Amino acid sequence: MSRPVKYLFIIVLLLLFLLFAFIVSFIFGEVSFSLIDIIQIFKTGEGDLKYAILMKIRLPRIILGIAVGGSLSLSGAILQGIYRNPLVEPYTLGISGGAALGVSLVIVLGLQSFISALALPLAGFAGSMAVVFLVYVFSVQRGGIHTNSMLLTGVMISFIASSLMMLLMAVASNESLRSIIFWTMGSLNEPNILLIKIAFGASLSGLFFSYFFARDLNALRLGEERAIHLGVNSALAIRFLFVIASLLTGISVAVAGIIGFVGLIIPHIMRLFAGNDYRILLLSSFLGGAGFLVLSDTLARTIISPNELPVGVITGIIGGVAFMIILRKKYTF
Amino acid sequence: MQDILNIQELTCGYGNGFHIRNINLNIPKGSFAGIIGPNGSGKTTLFKAISGNLTVKQGTLLLTDKNIADFSYKERAKNIAVVSQTLYVDSIRVEDFVLMGRMPYHSRFSFFEHKNDYEIAHHYMKLTGTYHLKNKLMTQLSGGEQQLVDIARALSQEPGLLLLDEPTSHLDIGHQVQILNLLQKLNTDLKLSILMIIHDLNLAGEYCDFLVMMSKGKIHTIGSPKEVLHYQHIEAVYNTIVVTETNPISGKPVVLLVSGKVLNQNHHINR
Repeated sequence: MSRPVKYLFIIVLLLLFLLFAFIVSFIFGEVSFSLIDIIQIFKTGEGDLKYAILMKIRLPRIILGIAVGGSLSLSGAILQGIYRNPLVEPYTLGISGGAALGVSLVIVLGLQSFISALALPLAGFAGSMAVVFLVYVFSVQRGGIHTNSMLLTGVMISFIASSLMMLLMAVASNESLRSIIFWTMGSLNEPNILLIKIAFGASLSGLFFSYFFARDLNALRLGEERAIHLGVNSALAIRFLFVIASLLTGISVAVAGIIGFVGLIIPHIMRLFAGNDYRILLLSSFLGGAGFLVLSDTLARTIISPNELPVGVITGIIGGVAFMIILRKKYTF
Repeated sequence: MQDILNIQELTCGYGNGFHIRNINLNIPKGSFAGIIGPNGSGKTTLFKAISGNLTVKQGTLLLTDKNIADFSYKERAKNIAVVSQTLYVDSIRVEDFVLMGRMPYHSRFSFFEHKNDYEIAHHYMKLTGTYHLKNKLMTQLSGGEQQLVDIARALSQEPGLLLLDEPTSHLDIGHQVQILNLLQKLNTDLKLSILMIIHDLNLAGEYCDFLVMMSKGKIHTIGSPKEVLHYQHIEAVYNTIVVTETNPISGKPVVLLVSGKVLNQNHHINR
């Protein structure tokens, strides 16, 4: 099978998977509908309560799931590529720690009622970008980028951020503590349509721009120096990719909180399923991550309905178990 | 004859650390040249300067009469291919690995390899005797096979100059000779200029037509193997007593070592 045909085949399969996730998530919930119900509801159109549930609650949630799942998984694949390290995920660099610290600070200081509903996402985004900036500045030296020191800097900043957050939690009121924990657990329940639109637009642009560097990522698999010998400006590629991955992660965390494992596991599953070539890995990670998170979210909100489990619980358990099974098979990064 | 490399008064190195200084070196097109010298003598630094991984601090480094700094990343990769010393560890298919050598010929937006890229990659895989491995993973190959595949990848870049960093260091003598015979063939048949770092002085003398002996960040001697592999030069640079002879078949110089015990017993022997 030639490469384009193979890739097309993989893309079609993953699109079908995403479509399946979409339909499942659309149908099931606190109130479940059959496909026939759905057609009926759409005939009746607006004004119906059921129509409102589908279009105003479920659809936006699915779109956010696609955006966040796709973004996290895509930036996981990118970061594993530029650091040549299979254990790196979007949160390794302290991006989530920074966001959590920003959010905690706003909650403890009682600023969220002050600046409206956008306060927490803004605080999260600001926190994550502050970390990204620090990591970047600390590891850019004389025109080159030192990926190992970058990784270590990120891990250290992540530790510092979580310590500071614990400090905040120690002095926080019970009320604030609940809010912090609730935010940290992550959820796709986001009432603000504007934020969902931003996250979705950002995730698609991130995917688009990452493809400018798909071939560079392939060369970087051989190491920075070898990539240079193949005519790749490694330092430039790493910078661009780092910025893309950071923005995607920052926006995801700001809107949906911390949802673990998607960014670590899905790229690995896709390496196995679609291959290590970044020309297909970037898109397959995006689609796989999107479908996986939408399905996980459906489980999270139906399993103990009418209550909701944090979606991170589901992604962690399913992702972790799936990955252990995969590791038992022969698999190299 | 035109020079593939023309280096004048070159100084370059790492930050405030090790530097090579005042390097003057001309390598004619079509040479099979070797860089020799003890560990830490600056071989790799010179190598990195030529491959463009280190910026030139002083002096000039011309590749086919054009300053190395004026090449774009892609242009440079079309002119110089590098086979590094570190063995490759990643599970990538051999064919895909060789195809990477075609990267400098693609723009950011040409997404798939063309038929022509496959033809070139296959051609060089056949030339290096690795075509039958094309569907294996790099991790499944032996050290010698990986080295050959890496050479096929480098040749797919269709360079004018091939740089190799100790291409024989991990290999047994059978594979050492196999690799060097291949390089010799490429040098004669394709008129490919070759420059390699090599530790084994006997192989250097046997295969290269031109040797650069480095010591303490400077060039100690340049010339034909006969001139460079003289025992006085070797003893001065390596700080080791050696005996030089002539290979009875090839007429090339051979360097022999003598153990400390024997040297002590025979201290009366004078050359």
